[in-house]
Amino acid sequence: MEHAKSGPSSWPELADVVPVPQDDGPSPVVPIAYRDDFREVMDYFRALYFTGERSPRALRLTTEAIELNPGNYTVWHFRRLILEALDFDLLEEMKFVGKIAECNPKNYQIWHHKRWLAEKLGPDIANNEHEFTMKILAIDAKNYHAWSHRQWVLQALGGWETELEYCNQLLKEDVFNNSAWNQRYFVITRSPLLGGLTVVRDSEVDYTIEAILANPQNESPWRYLKGLYKGENNLLVDDERISGVCFKVLKNDWTCVFALSFLLDLLCTGLQPSDELKSTLEPIRSSHPETADADPVTVVCCILQKCDPLRVNYWSWFKATLSQVS
Amino acid sequence: MPQHSRAQPSGGAPPLTPPQVAASMDPSSQSAPPTGDDPAAAADPELPRLTVTQVEQMKVEARVGDIYRALFGAAPNTKSIMLELWRDEHIEYLTRGLRHLGPAFHVLDANRPWLCYWMVHPLALLDEALDDDLENDIIDFLARCQDKDGGYSGGPGQLPHLATTYAAVNTLVTIGSERALSSINRDNLYKFMLRMKDISGAFRMHDGGEIDVRASYTAISVASLVNILDVELAKGVGDYIASCQTYEGGIAGEPYAEAHGGYTFCGLAALILLNEAEKVDLPSLIGWVAFRQGVECGFQGRNNKLVDGCYSFWQGAAIALTQKLITIVDKQLKSSYFCKRPSGEDACSTSSYGCTAKKFSSAVDYAKFGFDFIQQSNQIGPLFHNIALQQYILLCSQVLEGGLRDKPGKNRDHYHSCYCLSGLSVSQYSAMTDADSCPLPQHVLGPYSNLLEPIHPLYNVVLDKYHTAYEFFSKE
Repeated sequence: MEHAKSGPSSWPELADVVPVPQDDGPSPVVPIAYRDDFREVMDYFRALYFTGERSPRALRLTTEAIELNPGNYTVWHFRRLILEALDFDLLEEMKFVGKIAECNPKNYQIWHHKRWLAEKLGPDIANNEHEFTMKILAIDAKNYHAWSHRQWVLQALGGWETELEYCNQLLKEDVFNNSAWNQRYFVITRSPLLGGLTVVRDSEVDYTIEAILANPQNESPWRYLKGLYKGENNLLVDDERISGVCFKVLKNDWTCVFALSFLLDLLCTGLQPSDELKSTLEPIRSSHPETADADPVTVVCCILQKCDPLRVNYWSWFKATLSQVS
Repeated sequence: MPQHSRAQPSGGAPPLTPPQVAASMDPSSQSAPPTGDDPAAAADPELPRLTVTQVEQMKVEARVGDIYRALFGAAPNTKSIMLELWRDEHIEYLTRGLRHLGPAFHVLDANRPWLCYWMVHPLALLDEALDDDLENDIIDFLARCQDKDGGYSGGPGQLPHLATTYAAVNTLVTIGSERALSSINRDNLYKFMLRMKDISGAFRMHDGGEIDVRASYTAISVASLVNILDVELAKGVGDYIASCQTYEGGIAGEPYAEAHGGYTFCGLAALILLNEAEKVDLPSLIGWVAFRQGVECGFQGRNNKLVDGCYSFWQGAAIALTQKLITIVDKQLKSSYFCKRPSGEDACSTSSYGCTAKKFSSAVDYAKFGFDFIQQSNQIGPLFHNIALQQYILLCSQVLEGGLRDKPGKNRDHYHSCYCLSGLSVSQYSAMTDADSCPLPQHVLGPYSNLLEPIHPLYNVVLDKYHTAYEFFSKE
């Protein structure tokens, strides 16, 4: 973006303003070789910022500065002060920041500014914000800022009605999208429309098990399943569908680390011995004679040390700890 | 320690043998579309469509796999050269940046103390001293970034900000001279932090700025380091951070957001500095971080996302911290696994280092928590694969021309240079019992000359410099 020809030094409205150069000192470090247009805008910005001027020309200057470096949080802060002082049209402002956000979707300052605006605009802006985050997520379905903003809008301004369906859609597109799983957890636990975790847990367990069986190597649904019983380990152990999915996956592939890990969790939480457990561990025991007489927890720990070599230190520690604390 | 199938030259063995690596990346076993553009266009219509996550992951695994295969196929002498840390090149890259940055750096115009830290800290890790002139110029520059009412901003004349305050203070501590340390206006810094404190107990990054776990960490870390941390600053922070632990076990930036490596480090480190580590479910946290290390050998920031060199520090240091928290971890494990009481009951309200009741007077010596932590021995060895992590950093993050990067195919930058090297230091020292013990050759991948300086993992400053600062500020 070329500003030199039409930079602030050529604006009639700034004719009386003396630009203030940056005080980097006589022997600068980490000095940036600013282009002329950048330097000029920032020199004029400093002039008005230091005098605390809240005027349309100051607003226009912040626009220039933001377009050159949207990461300058001082400029954004000053802009907010001006917007308030001028009682500026915040809907117009939301359009402006939306354009900047599209080009800089991972910038903290922009999203913070949107949040500030949305808070002032209230529930009427909720739809707009959800459409916006949806647009960003369509490009990058895991954009952390977009998800944070979406969650904040839901909690502060509403729009819960279609959120679970939105999660369904994203997971249909990419069942490995951990952000979508996290959002799902957020919806089922926090939505005022669904009744809370205990009400939806049953159907969520079925949904998650289906996802696990389709892709046992997808870590997301395994963690989600555990999360459904957060703080209620005894219920986790009692739900036969849970141990069931572990056994089913392991029957197909007894090296599946997530299934083994989950089974270990269940065993430590009090999963009782059963014929199914015995038959699941059978191929493992026969391939590893040293585990023939070991208890189930030891068998699973041993096989994890072998099948998950990257985490050999973790499994060794875990095994040693379990034998100490039990 | 990792199991090796063959004897290796000094420097420890790369953990993944070619068949293991190749199996997960073998193109013939996947229906990978040749260009990877359209995940829906599977070569074989009977095989399931690959998702964006899978395609992106496969691309990275393929690149990393090529690099590791080249290593494994090499003769022992070549291996050693390939595993070398290119010290001179990194020193050149980092030093140059301190005196000159091109116009493209205007996007970091509000982050200049960070630029200082991202260069000064890794130079210290490489044990490279700066010229006196350069040191003094950095001190002078940061003094220009110091706001008259406290805190440091992103550049002269900008608004003070907690993150740039963290970067500035860490830089000054790394320089470590009397002049550097005394340039910090602690009284005003304290007042600035108090202004940034929110009623929730958390901190805002700047006046009217965002609240998140980063802000909590940067505030607590700085306050602890310069010995201004007190009950007024500390109250409520631990509970806020605890509310950011997710169902996955990691910590998010805000309550209900996704578990993330950067915030997990920030949250855990801050809690330890407050002596409140027991407020999070540590077994769950450890289990989450452990699983963030993937076949590429490096760490990912979030589940099902791509490996990135900077997480070598954020995730590596987070899990390394837990090696000193095992007393609490054991207690929490026992409580959740073997007690049939509902897990809401908190069996673990005692503090971490053998202190008994928590003092509620304003006379708590908070800075001492940071000191006591590093004096304490590791109770166990590393829970992550420290050699594999070093393998990723040395083979995949290093750039031939100097500097380090996110992953092959990405460009180097100072941020990644800082955090890849910080992560390298953490993994080199993780197997030792004491923070300043010299690692044994088998803990250091590549030639022993790869060994960096040890850090204080709660603040991420070189350990010697931390001790100098601790002594200096405890007199104040």
